[in-house]
Amino acid sequence: MRLALKQVVRRAGGQTHVHETSIELRSGGFNILLGTTLAGKTTLMQLMAGLLPPTSGEIWFDGRNVTGVPVQKRNVAMVFQQFINYPNLSVYENIASPLRVARLDEATVGERVGRIADLLQLAPFLRRRPSELSGGQQQRTALARALVKDADLVLLDEPLANLDYKLREGLREELPRLFAERPSTVVYATSEPSEALLLGGYTATVHEGRITQYGPNGTVYRHPVDLTTARVFSDPPINTAEVIKRGDTVRLSERVSWTAAGNVRTLPDGAYTIGLRPHHVLPAPGRGGVPVDCRVLIAEISGSESVVHFDLGGLTWVSLSHGVHRFKVGETARFELDVASCLYFGPDGSRVAD
Amino acid sequence: MARIRVEQVRHSYVPRPTREADWALKEVDLEWADGGAYALLGPSGCGKTTLLNIVSGLLHPTAGRIRFGDADVTASPPGERNIAQVFQFPVVYDTMTVYDNLAFPLRNRGVPEARIDPRVREIAALLDLEAMLPQRAAGLTADGKQKISLGRGLVRSDVNVIMFDEPLTVIDPHLKWRLRSKLKELHQHIGLTMVYVTHDQTEAMTFADHVVVMHEGTVVQVGTPVELFERPRHTFVGHFIGSPGMNILPCALDNGVARFAGQPIRTANAVARAPAGARTELGVRPEFVRFASAGIPVRVAAVSDAGRHQIVETRHGDTIIRLLVDEAERVPADSAHVSFDAAFTQLYVDGWLAGAGAA
Repeated sequence: MRLALKQVVRRAGGQTHVHETSIELRSGGFNILLGTTLAGKTTLMQLMAGLLPPTSGEIWFDGRNVTGVPVQKRNVAMVFQQFINYPNLSVYENIASPLRVARLDEATVGERVGRIADLLQLAPFLRRRPSELSGGQQQRTALARALVKDADLVLLDEPLANLDYKLREGLREELPRLFAERPSTVVYATSEPSEALLLGGYTATVHEGRITQYGPNGTVYRHPVDLTTARVFSDPPINTAEVIKRGDTVRLSERVSWTAAGNVRTLPDGAYTIGLRPHHVLPAPGRGGVPVDCRVLIAEISGSESVVHFDLGGLTWVSLSHGVHRFKVGETARFELDVASCLYFGPDGSRVAD
Repeated sequence: MARIRVEQVRHSYVPRPTREADWALKEVDLEWADGGAYALLGPSGCGKTTLLNIVSGLLHPTAGRIRFGDADVTASPPGERNIAQVFQFPVVYDTMTVYDNLAFPLRNRGVPEARIDPRVREIAALLDLEAMLPQRAAGLTADGKQKISLGRGLVRSDVNVIMFDEPLTVIDPHLKWRLRSKLKELHQHIGLTMVYVTHDQTEAMTFADHVVVMHEGTVVQVGTPVELFERPRHTFVGHFIGSPGMNILPCALDNGVARFAGQPIRTANAVARAPAGARTELGVRPEFVRFASAGIPVRVAAVSDAGRHQIVETRHGDTIIRLLVDEAERVPADSAHVSFDAAFTQLYVDGWLAGAGAA
């Protein structure tokens, strides 16, 4: 299903929740809305579903204007963070409920519920009540109900947020596979950059009621159009600093500078903001790069990775490296900036070079 | 402040426990040194919250003792244990200012205002809340409110231990990062014993000096983050910690040598033989598997872009072997070979690290 928002605006209570947005989502496959709490992800989904009317603008499904069409008539399925099941119905009847509404015959219902239950490993629990299941199983029941009716549009609003870390890891892997063989267009909201990356597909970054960029995950992550997008799509947060570019030299401070390469060289001289993700700032000796000597503020070793916060001329920067690197808080240590991975942003925040 | 000891603590929510499954905590012995940073890590239902509630006095254990220093506090109510708790949802008085929220626990104990003021300001400074002191708490963001909850725990100077129960669950990832670092920094500054309960390995491993991994009511391993990562004592720890978790591969044991895919595999630990009928497995983390010119033949089944690295799923027959490769490294298209770093490849017998004995 091809879903398009055309100049959609949503205002309520004197506030603009969604600024004018036009976007056509890739049909079939995963589309991720990535942004912080209150960025506007849920409002966008409610507009897509028909749970909220746009203040202005139009919503189109497959070349058909559905703006005034209520949610019941849109063939949309939804799963929320807080999984909702009918407590008095068995898992089987919970999953079957959309098919009952569609008045399908018993044999078809049995066949479709059975198939989806197998897929989501719910077959052993079909006779139980939702309250007798674990959190992960309850959320899988809600997912099964959303999947069983082969909706044109499936909206998943942070469906894994309330689950245990390990369960989330498993479902994160399972979900894209589950939808891979289906024609449904999936919109999945999350506040976690790593989740957006791992789910694959396309990502729209959302910030303060605006979609800042939409494209294949890897493209949005590695080639963000602006600093806001880079920030939304970085966990841990991207390091930033002001630099002065003059001729062939990029200068971060009196002692730290490097030679401009590639398309940075051709930028007009002046002030820019650089963005460098923490895994491109490594403890020395790493793979080379521009050395900086800085005071260590916090050192965290997670077993597989080391995270060091350090003071770079009054800015707190973060280094993230594989393996175990021990640092003493308060001491000066050397880090290497992989400046080839730097993103450069102009005064208005748009990316001008990388 | 005091050392905390959990001695042979068992707990059941059933009046007359008979079966193994009736015990929410099977038998736990732990010692938390004064000033340490600890985490209780495990999936939901593992018993970590039960244990926390027993230490704080909200629950009386079915068996066993809790000691703070030399004092047996098993029967003491929570109010007498001088424990501060921070929960998943911030507990803040919305109508009060940030200042009054922080001062509340002290005023409640009749501390004179002249002593309250410097203490409140000191804690506010540690938490970067100084500018917000006159503001009403109602207008703050979730992480701001959680900082106040934390500040109210820290403001008392007579606290034995501060306990966090999933404190970052409702916080957005980019703020979570900041608040987690703040907790770590606080611990470095004030040296108070802190116990952090979570199901999130990243939070546990970055916060704590020692992590207690729990599973089905028992402690499976207590170790530093590095020990848990490099030497899991049980395959559960290997799987639960790390993302993705450890590869667990069925293997044969032939004269003390592990064999997988018909090849001898060098391991960091060894035993001459396993008991008859025992399950023997190799454990190797995706971080310690490499593509190589020779080794175990595999097919590349899937590659996911995790940003700073790629997670590659390969298969040898029906066995899945995952590996992590760098962001920029090229992944073979179809058939390839993988090899394991012998220093971090371990042999497990019936789930337990061979040669180490059960915990």
